[in-house]
Amino acid sequence: MEYTLVYAQDTVGFPILSVICFLPILGALVLLFVKGERAIKLIANAFAIATFLVSLGLVPAFDSGALKMQFVEKVPWVPSLGIQYFMGIDGLSLLLVLLTTLLSAISVLCSWYSITHRVKEYYIFLLILETGMLGVFTSLDFILFYVFWEVMLVPMYFLIGIWGSDRKLYSAIKFFLYTLFGSVLMLLGIIALHYYYSSMTGERTFDILKFHQLALPAYLQDWIFLAFFLGFAIKVPMFPFHTWLPDAHTDAPTAGSVILAGILLKMGTYGFLRFSLPILPDATRTFLPWMIGLSIIAIIYGALVAMMQKDWKRLIAYSSVSHMGFVTLGIFALNAPGLSGATLQMINHGISTGALFLIVGFIYDRRHTRLISEYGGLYRVMPAYAAIFGIIAMSSIGVPGLNGFMGEFPILQGALKEDFWWGFAAGWGIVLGAGYMLWLYQRVIFGPVTKPENENLPDLRWNEFLSLLPLVLLAFQIGIYPKPYFRWMEKPMEYILYKVRPQELTGVPRSLPTVVPARTGESVSHEAPAAR
Amino acid sequence: MTTPFWYVGLIPLLPGLGALVNGVFGRRFPKRVVHTIACGTTLISCLLALVLLVQFVQYPPEARHFTVTYYDWLNVGPVRLPTGESARLHVPVELLIDPLSVVMALVVTFVGFLIHVYSTGYMWEDPGYARYFSYLNLFMFAMLTLALSSSFLLLFVGWEGVGLCSYLLIGFWADRTSAANAGKKAFLVNRIGDLGFLMGMMLVFLQFGSLRFDDVFAQVASGAYGVNDPVLVAIGLFLLMGVTGKSAQIPLYVWLPDAMEGPTPVSALIHAATMVTAGVYLIVRCNPLYQMAPDALGVVALIGAVTALFAATIGMAQNDIKRVLAYSTVSQLGYMVLAAGVGAFSAAIFHLVTHAFFKALLFLGAGSVIHALHHQQDMRHMGGLRKYLPTTFGTMTMGVLAIAGMPFFSGFFSKDEILLQAFVSPYSRPVLWGLGTVTAGLTAFYMFRLWFLTFFGPERMDEHTRHHIHESPPNMTVPLRILAVLSVVGGLVGLPAAWFHVPVLGTLLRPLEAIQIHHFLEPSIWKVPAAHGTTHAPSLGLEFLLMLASVGAGLIGFLVAYVLYHRRPELPDRVAAASEPLYTLVANKYYVDEIYDALVVRPLLGLANLLAWLDVWVVDGLVNGTAWLTRTVADLSGRADFYGVDGLVNGVAEGVRQVGGALRRVHTGLAQQYVFGAIVLALFLLLFYMLVF
Repeated sequence: MEYTLVYAQDTVGFPILSVICFLPILGALVLLFVKGERAIKLIANAFAIATFLVSLGLVPAFDSGALKMQFVEKVPWVPSLGIQYFMGIDGLSLLLVLLTTLLSAISVLCSWYSITHRVKEYYIFLLILETGMLGVFTSLDFILFYVFWEVMLVPMYFLIGIWGSDRKLYSAIKFFLYTLFGSVLMLLGIIALHYYYSSMTGERTFDILKFHQLALPAYLQDWIFLAFFLGFAIKVPMFPFHTWLPDAHTDAPTAGSVILAGILLKMGTYGFLRFSLPILPDATRTFLPWMIGLSIIAIIYGALVAMMQKDWKRLIAYSSVSHMGFVTLGIFALNAPGLSGATLQMINHGISTGALFLIVGFIYDRRHTRLISEYGGLYRVMPAYAAIFGIIAMSSIGVPGLNGFMGEFPILQGALKEDFWWGFAAGWGIVLGAGYMLWLYQRVIFGPVTKPENENLPDLRWNEFLSLLPLVLLAFQIGIYPKPYFRWMEKPMEYILYKVRPQELTGVPRSLPTVVPARTGESVSHEAPAAR
Repeated sequence: MTTPFWYVGLIPLLPGLGALVNGVFGRRFPKRVVHTIACGTTLISCLLALVLLVQFVQYPPEARHFTVTYYDWLNVGPVRLPTGESARLHVPVELLIDPLSVVMALVVTFVGFLIHVYSTGYMWEDPGYARYFSYLNLFMFAMLTLALSSSFLLLFVGWEGVGLCSYLLIGFWADRTSAANAGKKAFLVNRIGDLGFLMGMMLVFLQFGSLRFDDVFAQVASGAYGVNDPVLVAIGLFLLMGVTGKSAQIPLYVWLPDAMEGPTPVSALIHAATMVTAGVYLIVRCNPLYQMAPDALGVVALIGAVTALFAATIGMAQNDIKRVLAYSTVSQLGYMVLAAGVGAFSAAIFHLVTHAFFKALLFLGAGSVIHALHHQQDMRHMGGLRKYLPTTFGTMTMGVLAIAGMPFFSGFFSKDEILLQAFVSPYSRPVLWGLGTVTAGLTAFYMFRLWFLTFFGPERMDEHTRHHIHESPPNMTVPLRILAVLSVVGGLVGLPAAWFHVPVLGTLLRPLEAIQIHHFLEPSIWKVPAAHGTTHAPSLGLEFLLMLASVGAGLIGFLVAYVLYHRRPELPDRVAAASEPLYTLVANKYYVDEIYDALVVRPLLGLANLLAWLDVWVVDGLVNGTAWLTRTVADLSGRADFYGVDGLVNGVAEGVRQVGGALRRVHTGLAQQYVFGAIVLALFLLLFYMLVF
């Protein structure tokens, strides 16, 4: 089983991925020459939305029926080292690209009124950030990937450090150094892979798909796995590497939190799926108990710690730890429901937690406090806000019919399949999740209006409503009809399983009995009156 | 499979659309438009359910089993099952039409419609009118999805959906902290149960490779499994955990009494007639599985019987009219669970139906009383209301007689059927029958207590309230009348089988034979060949004796209530005083809430607090601490470098001084650079520690 490459010029006729990836940074360049706040905002929004619309163009052209890297662009970049400009997407990256373009557009839109100083720089950083993130999900060359991976850190550092709140400098530096530390180790892993590959084949390359073909000796796998693990685990973040997250999320501006939670965290799990599992299958199995253990701890621990937060945004930050624990649990369950559920959960978490950060950001713009105790009774003052928050809260705690459940259920099923206790332990996460979320909802939305400052808060503004609306609609759509998403990811997931645990794909299909309503049995009915 | 029942999806969908429209635009609509949409969609659903029934009975009983598939919902795979075979986690959105789901759909839409109509009166003054009806419609959608789904997973959508609506409606008057708390409690307690449901469901998939009822039960009944196969028992017990949450059984019943914080029509619809019966429905739906797991069934029966008695005792000592009814609901649900637990699945459904009628009636009647008394719910402030509220009094009397099991009222037939089965079923023990019969007496006692305290005796409300007492408007009393009629005659669909063989009576009853619910439900109750389900049909005499026992218990309950609360109203206090501390224990609901609080809630919050503290001071402290440590080390080495190394080399050769100069260049004096260097080093050290230890 191997990826075939389908070049962009053979399908859509132009390098669509490059266009998507660099459109935002082009927008940033244009902004350099623009004066006037309104014009800056309009142009930034236009570029972000245009990027999203172009990325939607991927959907009809995408073929989910076979294992293919699609819309591929491949040109040499640094030939002496075998570095290429190599882009392409499969179903997994397609989902993340769409999530990125959507959430980026929303982040740009939601900032319309909330950013009042250094407006131009703000939008420039946001757009650079978008290019970085898109590059990460489309690169198929490890160096290209790494460049984008690091590029992304810089604008985020400034977004938190300049437009953040409270201890913004501390949080920005902590975020930067902590993640940098992880990614430097990842780079070591990449270089190790490169040298091993060239020592085996004589070819210098950073081609990710070629690395997938490697059969590495076990000791090397273990070391590279650990190096990658730190890079990805800090990003996800897995317990106990999560403490940068509450600080960064809390002190970042709204758009920064949305992107951090919605997209940046997914890079860690994406890394596990794209690199760790297929390239290092033996090491994956070796470290499996640890990964599962840390995931389950994250689920329970994150939920419990979230419950006790007094700061609305920190609560949601800790809930991310819990939710991302579900994602890593699904990934390391190493079976189809686990992997597919985890991938969908990545999207779901982007939607619901992204929306939750928008929701807290909007109220912060109005009141400049995030203390839960400052609120109460908002459903009377801001009914539309309360209703949307309610829907998103339900999506976040996995009420079936909304998106969260369609990720959590397969993950739990996958975990339970491997070990009853994994499923049972993780299952408590959904109980606790309901606990902290409903308690939060009750404290801020229900009850009487306790603070006079809250009595005349305006309900959602147009840009706020438009920012939330697509997320709400998606929450319903994925809950009611998740099929397209599962179909896109089916082949990549099969491929990962083939690499890391091929026996999962074998087995005679179970023949389900054709329905014979077995109501004609001969045994005596024990209760039907007519038989007496 | 194409079926002529394509429209069945509209039955849940229409109220769902109503919820959507009212939820989004309702605030801008006039109230009449709001309730026209809400009641209209429910009425159409109800009519469609009737059409469904009519069309359905055209088929011979053995063919009464259809599925309507709409689209592919979840489809993930392949999954290698523990057996080595592979399957896909594949669940379509598909509805199942069989006698059981048809009965449920009819009851839900019909009672639901009446309560929608009643609500137009009860909630008319409420500013959240549109929100209320939106939630109520959403509830109909979820409940009908639950009733009609063809798979565990889709049923779970409805299952959690009704829980969500219950949460929203209990906390409807969200200004009250107690209401918001009660809503949250209901949701969380139900979530614990739902975890059981989830576990059971996931075990089902691993075992059977499908979540569709038909696929699963055909395998269960195929003979491939032994009786009491551990997997089947485990599944049965996990599903039972879900049932104890949704149907308010021990140990998870604690949310239901608190749920009375919601508007009274909600208590009638959700917390009495329909939603709380979902657990009973689930057990009956899974009857092949439970038949093959009699051990699990035994636990079901025990929990049902104990809950029935336990809740009834609490109900005797409550003064809030809605709380009495709430504990009574817990108790009656216990009967249904008991029935299912002794294998009398259709008896459970029969009681579910009659209970839906008389308990909805009782709640709506109580609502009418509360409405008349300006939201007074304490029976100590009622009394003598029969002359002010004649319709409410008359209809509620029918309900009280029905629930007390007085002969020929609906509750009489359904309760006696359960008690009979508890006596003769091979799955049962006589002690269960004993518990049930005692409960019958207690039920009669607390219901007549309620009746006397509310409608008879001195008028204990204040003068102002008395002055304003008024009978409810027709949109509230007409549903009461309809339900009263059904509470009286509803039992005719479940006459004791033996009666048809009694000479004269049998001939008289002949026309009713076609509408017997046990007969109708028969195709839904599987006959699992391997399960030992032989019953010696009870003799007519035995049936009569048992009937006499339960009616006798009911009459004793009535007489005690009559003496205590009508003839000698001074007695109850003396009885209460004489039975201390037992009375205090019961009046305080055995302190179960307090015990849960001390054993579960507080420790959990304490643990969460501890972890939150550890997170800041230990996990993050480690990160910050290492940063500090390396910064200090860097600073020290910088000083050592300056005073020690540099001092030593001071005066030595030019080349050495250049090295010193190069080193000094590191000390730019910029704090950020120091911090930067220190933290990078710190993190490397941290990694080093982690790798080594």
